[in-house]
Amino acid sequence: MSLDIPTVRRIAALARIRLEEGELAQAQAELNGILGWIEQLQAVNTEGVEPMAGGGAVALRPRPDAVTDGGIADQILANAPDRQGEYFGVPKVVE
Amino acid sequence: MSYTIEGRTGPWEVVIGLEVHAQVTSKAKLFSGAATEFGAAPNSQVSFVDAGFPGMLPVINEECVAQAVRTGLGLKAEIHLWSRFDRKNYFYADLPQGYQISQFAHPIVGTGTVEITLADGSTKQIGITRLHLEQDAGKSLHDQHPSKSFIDLNRSGVALMEIVSEPDMRSPEEAGAYLTKLRQILRYLGTCDGNMDEGSMRADVNVSVRKAGEGFRTRCEVKNVNSIRFVMQAVEAEARRQIEVWEEGGTVDQETRLFDTGRGVTRSMRSKEDAHDYRYFPDPDLPPLVLEADWVESLKASLPELPDERRARYVAMGLSPYDAHVLTLERETAAFFEAVARGRDAKTVANWVTGDFFAALNRTGLGVEESPVSAAGLGELLDLIADKTINGKIAKDVLAIMFETGERPGAIVDARGLRQVVDTGAIEAAIDQVMAANAGKVAEYRSGKDKLFGFFVGQVMKAMQGKGNPALVNEVLKQKLG
Repeated sequence: MSLDIPTVRRIAALARIRLEEGELAQAQAELNGILGWIEQLQAVNTEGVEPMAGGGAVALRPRPDAVTDGGIADQILANAPDRQGEYFGVPKVVE
Repeated sequence: MSYTIEGRTGPWEVVIGLEVHAQVTSKAKLFSGAATEFGAAPNSQVSFVDAGFPGMLPVINEECVAQAVRTGLGLKAEIHLWSRFDRKNYFYADLPQGYQISQFAHPIVGTGTVEITLADGSTKQIGITRLHLEQDAGKSLHDQHPSKSFIDLNRSGVALMEIVSEPDMRSPEEAGAYLTKLRQILRYLGTCDGNMDEGSMRADVNVSVRKAGEGFRTRCEVKNVNSIRFVMQAVEAEARRQIEVWEEGGTVDQETRLFDTGRGVTRSMRSKEDAHDYRYFPDPDLPPLVLEADWVESLKASLPELPDERRARYVAMGLSPYDAHVLTLERETAAFFEAVARGRDAKTVANWVTGDFFAALNRTGLGVEESPVSAAGLGELLDLIADKTINGKIAKDVLAIMFETGERPGAIVDARGLRQVVDTGAIEAAIDQVMAANAGKVAEYRSGKDKLFGFFVGQVMKAMQGKGNPALVNEVLKQKLG
């Protein structure tokens, strides 16, 4: 499997990564390299093996329904590039 | 009669499915310990997890899981003991993680069913496709600044249940009845407060149209409709739009639309055209959600009585299906009715609760839980009628005074001398007085004008300030006139 240039352009757009026209070929080569490596993995026989989402804990460990966090608006907003009072300011997004 | 919309080319059927987002009732968020309460100061209920800070790990809230399971059980749905969380990837300013944690491939609840009741008394089963848990996004405010939007992340990470129906509804009425019933079930279960004004419940409405006997045509999704009335309006507006497209010889494109409540039309959300490639994949931060069958059973055993069961029980107590329906609409109303009905005649209590009591509530604009007349107070009033201390007519006046002053009925009756007169001497005296004053009418009655009897009853009751015992007044009056 290999990706064509329009697909690379679309993936970059979905991921909000700006690629200039001159950079597309290099990204294509890198992505295809990764895909090629995954194709190697697909050669492994997984007949009868359950799909798994991870290798550590077998199930989620829950926490109780208690309020233990929050009340730190200043810390939450500390890195905001455009703090507006108690809010994050962002360029206007209206449908 | 099934519902159709008349186009130029004949009648069209409407096909509707709903995706309802219901906010889970819990103290803390789905994957963080920040509070969920509505109306807090902006960004004050946000943890580093909710704000998508690097290196933060989500830890699931067990009560949110329990609430989803309870809801599934209330929808008579299968509970999946193994489910999993996926990432739904998209970019928006109110989604700090850049993805929503949701359950795409393996939801916690599978197929179920909801029974709706329509205005003509008929019922219909609406299929539930699935219910899954997911995170809510933050809130954008667009009207605070001329060139900026403001973001409040308090809602970010709050647990939602997305409840997806089958495309089983065929009219705006059915869609409204489904949403009403779903809301009622959630409120009975205590798993969502159903408060649509505060955004605790929102619906995405899928609509398509077709000619009788056809398969499904292309549907459109009307996003984020926030009241039952608007859902019904959006269905009709969108169906009419699609009929026009088909009848003009065009094709309906599958797309996401918004309902403009002011103009009553739907319009396309073109800006999100490209956003549908969500690139779901299993969230690597979260191992599968595995439930114990015993735990699910214990939740099942502790479920409260649901509206359908309660309605059936009320009918068995002797109530009409209509009264049973009205009294079970809200859990608070049902609890009030039961408190009054304990040890009293259920039918009489139902008549008073749905009649004069509801009317008085409506006049004051209060809900049952804020009523100045308690269940004990109304019960006491009904006891005064049952033991013949007052008659039914006076009881209505006493109830009105109770609403005004909050006094107990016994005290009102005593203080205002409203006790029913059962002394036949007093009744006879009143009758004699009325007959003397209306000699002409007495003669008319005796010459055969029977209809005047009611006039005499009215006059006698008036003379007695409404306090006569109606049965005794009738009886004595008949003797004297006869």
